[in-house]
Amino acid sequence: MPQNALKIKDHIDLFNDPEYLEIFKRKRAEFEDMPSEDEVAKQAAYINSVEYREKNLAREALVINPAKACQPVGAAYCAAGFEGTLAFTHGSLGCAAYFRSHLSRHFKEPSAMVCSAMTEDAAVFGGLNNMIEGLANAYALYKPKMIAVHTSCMAEVIGDDLNSFIIQSREKGSIPADFPVAFAHTPSFVGSHVVGYDNMMKSILSNFWEGKERKPGSGVNIIGGFDGYGVANAREIKDIIATMGIEGTLLSDVSDIYDTPADGSYRMYDGGTSLADTAKSLDAKATLSLQEWCTDKTLDYAKSKGQEVASFNYPIGLSGTDEFLMKLSQLTGKAIPESIARDRGRLVDAIEDSLAWIHGKSFSIFGDPDFVLGMTRFVMELGGEPLHLLCTNGNADWEGKMKELLASSPFGAMGQVWKGKDLWHMRSLLATEPSDYLIGSSYGKYLEKDTGVPLIRIGFPIFDRHHHHRFPTLFYKGGLRVLVTILDKIFDTIDEKTKVSGISYDLTR
Amino acid sequence: MDGMNPDVKAERKALIEEVLSAYPEKTAKKRARHLNVYDEGKPDCGVKSNIKTAPGVMTIRGCAYAGSKGVVFGPLKDMVHISHGPVGCGQYSWSQRRNYYTGTTGVDTFVTMQVTSDFQERDIVFGGDKKLEKVIDEIHEMFPLNKGVSIQSECPIGLIGDDIEAVAKKKAKEHGKMVVPVRCEGFRGVSQSLGHHIANDAVRDWMLGKGKSKDFETTPYDVVVIGDYNIGGDAWASRILLEDMGLRVIGLWSGDATLAEIERGNKGKLNLIHCYRSMNYICRHMEEQFSIPWMEYNFFGPTQIARSLRAIAEKFDDKIKAGAERVIAKYQPMAEAVLARYKPRLEGKKAMLYVGGLRPRHVADAYGDLGIDIIGTGYEFAHSDDYQRTAHYIKDATLVYDDVTDYELEKFIDKMRPDLVGSGIKEKYSTQKMGVPFRQLHSWDYSGPYHGYDGFAIFARDMDMAINSPIWALNKAPWKAA
Repeated sequence: MPQNALKIKDHIDLFNDPEYLEIFKRKRAEFEDMPSEDEVAKQAAYINSVEYREKNLAREALVINPAKACQPVGAAYCAAGFEGTLAFTHGSLGCAAYFRSHLSRHFKEPSAMVCSAMTEDAAVFGGLNNMIEGLANAYALYKPKMIAVHTSCMAEVIGDDLNSFIIQSREKGSIPADFPVAFAHTPSFVGSHVVGYDNMMKSILSNFWEGKERKPGSGVNIIGGFDGYGVANAREIKDIIATMGIEGTLLSDVSDIYDTPADGSYRMYDGGTSLADTAKSLDAKATLSLQEWCTDKTLDYAKSKGQEVASFNYPIGLSGTDEFLMKLSQLTGKAIPESIARDRGRLVDAIEDSLAWIHGKSFSIFGDPDFVLGMTRFVMELGGEPLHLLCTNGNADWEGKMKELLASSPFGAMGQVWKGKDLWHMRSLLATEPSDYLIGSSYGKYLEKDTGVPLIRIGFPIFDRHHHHRFPTLFYKGGLRVLVTILDKIFDTIDEKTKVSGISYDLTR
Repeated sequence: MDGMNPDVKAERKALIEEVLSAYPEKTAKKRARHLNVYDEGKPDCGVKSNIKTAPGVMTIRGCAYAGSKGVVFGPLKDMVHISHGPVGCGQYSWSQRRNYYTGTTGVDTFVTMQVTSDFQERDIVFGGDKKLEKVIDEIHEMFPLNKGVSIQSECPIGLIGDDIEAVAKKKAKEHGKMVVPVRCEGFRGVSQSLGHHIANDAVRDWMLGKGKSKDFETTPYDVVVIGDYNIGGDAWASRILLEDMGLRVIGLWSGDATLAEIERGNKGKLNLIHCYRSMNYICRHMEEQFSIPWMEYNFFGPTQIARSLRAIAEKFDDKIKAGAERVIAKYQPMAEAVLARYKPRLEGKKAMLYVGGLRPRHVADAYGDLGIDIIGTGYEFAHSDDYQRTAHYIKDATLVYDDVTDYELEKFIDKMRPDLVGSGIKEKYSTQKMGVPFRQLHSWDYSGPYHGYDGFAIFARDMDMAINSPIWALNKAPWKAA
């Protein structure tokens, strides 16, 4: 039957109509030459087996459904958090299109970025002319206060030298002699987006710090790292700075640029760490990173300038936040105010109210290295038991710290740490040794579909749910939000399970 | 016909001048050739196209890899497509085109999977061929029911001198399954477009006429549909009409397609092409090599659908002609009911488009059916033949912009204040912030199908919900509203 104009069905319902089901059947039978139903059923069962898991874990070259992106997208995200800063991809033009789309799909926001549009001739002669022309056009057209250049793999493979190219561009008059251009080499075949973030942060800081004399002060710099919840978490960080009354600078503040209002005008730039504050941040007493593996080189650099440094692992919840606040207090000499203690108390209160629903449940977690570590720690605080903890872009250092963390609590006894593995590995792990729940990004929805393990969407990217990034995950208040997200899924899952018979389909839980 | 009010034309020409004035002189000169106000009766849109993008502008274009893996090969469901190179390209394009398919993912179909050789520094330094061999071996181990593998080259492959063709031949022989090497490195060409062409050539050289296709029994009513990627189910909403009129769709490229459907592509009596830009190459090849005629058709909106069904039927006998009339008669009442519901709400609205392959022209009449005027349109990666074809669809004084930059598009939208913009994810949010309704016309904004009669109903519903949402009247705080 054709559509009913008063009750139009889209793809969600339309293809369940009998005539479409008939089409699928006929197509498969007559034209597709697909394997027989028996063969398919056999293989579908086999990929859930222990034998398949062993083969899967033995893969050496093939990567299937990795949970990581490449360096430049991390560099672009980092740059977006600075005042009036335009990210510039030196490389093929498709790269910038992909980075912009990726960020827009998560944040549901515009993501401005230009590229040097290198093609075959640049592959032969190098991308100098593209840089000269590109900087001139970008400067004239988009009137940035700073341009932050990162590279995609083409430029890296042919060995373009950003520093020299930018100097030559200045000489040719593309940009004024004193116009700030940060630049970071961000090869996509090294590390992942978290490394790209680090490289760009270091490059922006060095752009403002190099050649300046440091006048040590009492301020503290805080770096959030690559974070799908960066919008709301930046606000939490600034809130803590204000509440504690400290002199603090959040380096890369994306709270405005990825959350601009709809009021009739499009803001290509909005908010961000001011360039003046970025320059002043050299004088800070210390630089603290909330994500250790997003800031390796940056913290080394800050240390080399005489600053104290410390890093944390995505502090969600109680002990992670406690450590961060105490460090902040110790560095600044400011007491942690009562209002923050009350926030802590509220989170403890919420956990006490809900512990019965989480205690003893097992959770598998995947995502960026600091996220997985911070989340594992929080899950154990809730009385949950971490099971498969997987990080495609985790290194040996991460693995060591994870094992240490698990060993620190009886709730960590079941935990298995999977470094450098992908989500097809996770599929085998969940199929053969399932946890009660899975925590991770939208990519986890395929795991939920295949293994039946309910997905709690926390991570990056979240493409298929809206506006999660507008709510925090860090510290006590973010922990509360994470707790609610976990609980909602647990209760929904129980309701789903019990509504068939009606038994245990309780009004009050 | 005198055409549009000359003032409107002059205004739009002035707008182009204003926009160009922001560029450095050299770039302004380059960009000027890509912008025009259409004069009715001219055989093309008066813009240059398929030219390198100026560095440093915010182009909306993608790359050759996007054209090959993202568009042509990605939807082909029973093969495993390797994003060969570093992790990013495959990651950003993972599951984003909404190419629907039936099958058991990870068992007999693989479309929504991100399969990559995840290049590391050592692969760049020492070459990736050995790794590629192992990747292919491991694919056969993990996915034994796959029908073959395609190698989608990312930028480094061509730069480090890997010989993926040699690997492909070796591994095809070893495993007894197809391996298709595709040289779609992102730096090739000026946009996605060369990626389509390269992918078409790979189909021609490695796939067409292979496998069991030799023994396929044909009928006089066999057609192959080319250039429908089944976004949101488009191909199914098209197939239902073609089958209903009595044709046998023996292959549909490449939405929901299997390798067998590609291999037997030269077995049809007629090739029907929807997305001309991305797959005309293979149609021309089949015409030359196998004398298979091809024709373009348009399944957007009832006017074009009926016209296309009749034109297709003209190529066949009376049985099919009667079939086409039967299909039109079956669906026309629904189409009229949809128009009765939505046209009064949309009549007189103005829309601007900026999309890819065929949509900047093909959807124009679907909007026209709803009473919506297209006042501006343009393509990311068109060639001059696309702009010639566009001239038939657009009205006098339509603003035409090729490879538009974000800067230009934003200014055009701001000055022309259309009631709707149809473009992509990168344009969506900035446009909406300006208070202008928007629909993504690449992914159908997570809706669809939009092809066929069933699709038109959804198209009408979606355009209405975008334009007539109450939110647009509320985006100014009342104490600030002028």
